[in-house]
Amino acid sequence: MTDERLARAGVLRRLLIRPELGAVVGAIVVFAFFAAQSPVFRSLDGVANWLDPASTLGIMAVAIALLMIGGEFDLSAGVLTGTTGLILVTLATEYGFNVWPAMLVSLVVALAVGLLNGLIVTRTRLPSFIVTLGTFLMLQGVNLGVTKALTGTVQVGGLRQAGGYASAQAVLGGTVEVAGTPFRVAILWWLLVTAAATWVLMRSRPGNWIFAVGGDERAARAAGVPAARTKIALFMTTAFAAWLVGSMLALRYTSVQANIGIGQEFIYIIAAVIGGCLLTGGYGSAVGAAIGAVIFGMADKGIVFLGWDADWFKFFLGAMLLLATLANRLVRRYAEEVRH
Amino acid sequence: MILETRGIGKSFGSVLALREVSMGVEAGQVTCVLGDNGAGKSTLIKILAGVHRHDSGALLVDGAEVRLSGPRDALERGIATVHQDLAMIPLMSVWRNFFLGAEPRRGLAFDVRTARRVAREELRAMGIDIRDVDQPVGTLSGGERQSVAIARAVHFGARVLILDEPTSALGVKQAGVVLRYIARARDRGLGVVFITHNPHHAYPVGDRFLLLKRGTSLGEYAKADISRERLTALMAGEAELRALAHELERE
Ligand SMILES: Nc1ncnc2c1ncn2[C@@H]1O[C@H](COP(=O)(O)OP(=O)(O)O)[C@@H](O)[C@H]1O
Ligand SMILES: [Mg+2]
Repeated sequence: MTDERLARAGVLRRLLIRPELGAVVGAIVVFAFFAAQSPVFRSLDGVANWLDPASTLGIMAVAIALLMIGGEFDLSAGVLTGTTGLILVTLATEYGFNVWPAMLVSLVVALAVGLLNGLIVTRTRLPSFIVTLGTFLMLQGVNLGVTKALTGTVQVGGLRQAGGYASAQAVLGGTVEVAGTPFRVAILWWLLVTAAATWVLMRSRPGNWIFAVGGDERAARAAGVPAARTKIALFMTTAFAAWLVGSMLALRYTSVQANIGIGQEFIYIIAAVIGGCLLTGGYGSAVGAAIGAVIFGMADKGIVFLGWDADWFKFFLGAMLLLATLANRLVRRYAEEVRH
Repeated sequence: MILETRGIGKSFGSVLALREVSMGVEAGQVTCVLGDNGAGKSTLIKILAGVHRHDSGALLVDGAEVRLSGPRDALERGIATVHQDLAMIPLMSVWRNFFLGAEPRRGLAFDVRTARRVAREELRAMGIDIRDVDQPVGTLSGGERQSVAIARAVHFGARVLILDEPTSALGVKQAGVVLRYIARARDRGLGVVFITHNPHHAYPVGDRFLLLKRGTSLGEYAKADISRERLTALMAGEAELRALAHELERE
């Protein structure tokens, strides 16, 4: 009798301690809410429509989730999507680069920024919040300053004419038909990134190290975990994701505004938190962050479908964040509750 | 002697945490390190574990002088440590903690199946009853946590097991359980360094006793050379005890 109850409590506990549980419930509620009122929202076209913002945000949210599980933040990630896009378009239009080598250059720059963030954080032990706030401001200045100096305006454009555009656009910026409805190819990338991140977290040695350095860095170090290398790799992963998303957006719109990506860094963090990541690190999931991004996409487009003012999106954001943080805290308390 | 220090010292800025301390650890024996709070016990074992580098004196492994480059280096030489303040990661499951830093591989992947199974088997072999290796370590009691950490070190073929105050936060019964695992690790041929400030925990399992006071050694004694009463008296500080008794008497 008691054994049976214990077993049942075990299943419940195990379900509850899944970090993405809150996000799944939230996504179902948000979907039901919009789908009930808007037939467009629940149509295949509608789904393709709201999965589009979810996908680019999702790629970033998943990378940020890994970083947050590892106990760090990256406020420069949003602006870095702009930097990579600007480098791509500038090299391809002003310097006659083919799109592919231009993307390679922007990748190298992005990884260098990630490496720098990681090195500064691990060497100085300063909070990554401050370090990446610094990189955020510096990149913001560089994006605007260099763009203005080169073009005299605050945007670069005309990527369509560059060599290699068609192939790069097909791989990163195009669409795929599913049952007659065009879906953004970014959605595929997002699913791929989420699957890869989940595998790394749950089924690889570095995954174990990520949880450990975020949970208790000194204890992880004492157990022989290469803590600094793990964190640097996480910052570089985030930078890689920023490069991927920056390139996708540049290829899709063929032009890039110099101020793009500013403010996005918080959206990534919010999506990761809605997905079950603790702000204190050591806990969270990639799938959760991906679902957090879906909630965003649904709310972003759903509010438009319902004909509401877009301002309500911000209100919705804040409410979701508060709810998610409270739910995460309850789950964590339950998971950590000491039993004798 | 697997592990030995000769006149070892360490300071943090202007704080002299450890001065001229000599001690040794033999296979199949328990060396107890005793001292009051702040005596330098944790500092000493952090040097043995590769967490801190010593400033003076010598550290010897198998009779050869070494400088440990870090915890990993110590682990590779068979020195496993259960730290007082950094033992395990509370939010991670028992099996993830069990293999942290030494995850079994299958191709590129972390072989989680094997990890779960081996963790469960090793705990059972040590007689540790953990309901569910998937539960977060934070949900274990203090004694269970120490036991898991000991089983982990034994599994990874440690030759020296260092335990920093494994019994100090525990009740009488749980402390007894941990002492039994210490004895079991010793019987398996490990050299154990057991840090405590409780002579009643140290005396039954200890073979030799190092006494620390404010960073200096009051001497290292073999069990034959010191009685439980003498150990307790030394630990408490005879002069201080006498003064305290005197003070209390007058009231
Ligand atoms: N990382 C450190 N930085 C500065 N002082 C330290 C550090 N670690 C220990 N100390 C100091 O060294 C002394 C010995 O500490 P410790 O070895 O932790 O004692 P014990 O474990 O015996 O209680 C204390 O005065 C403590 O404040
Ligand atoms: Mg101590």
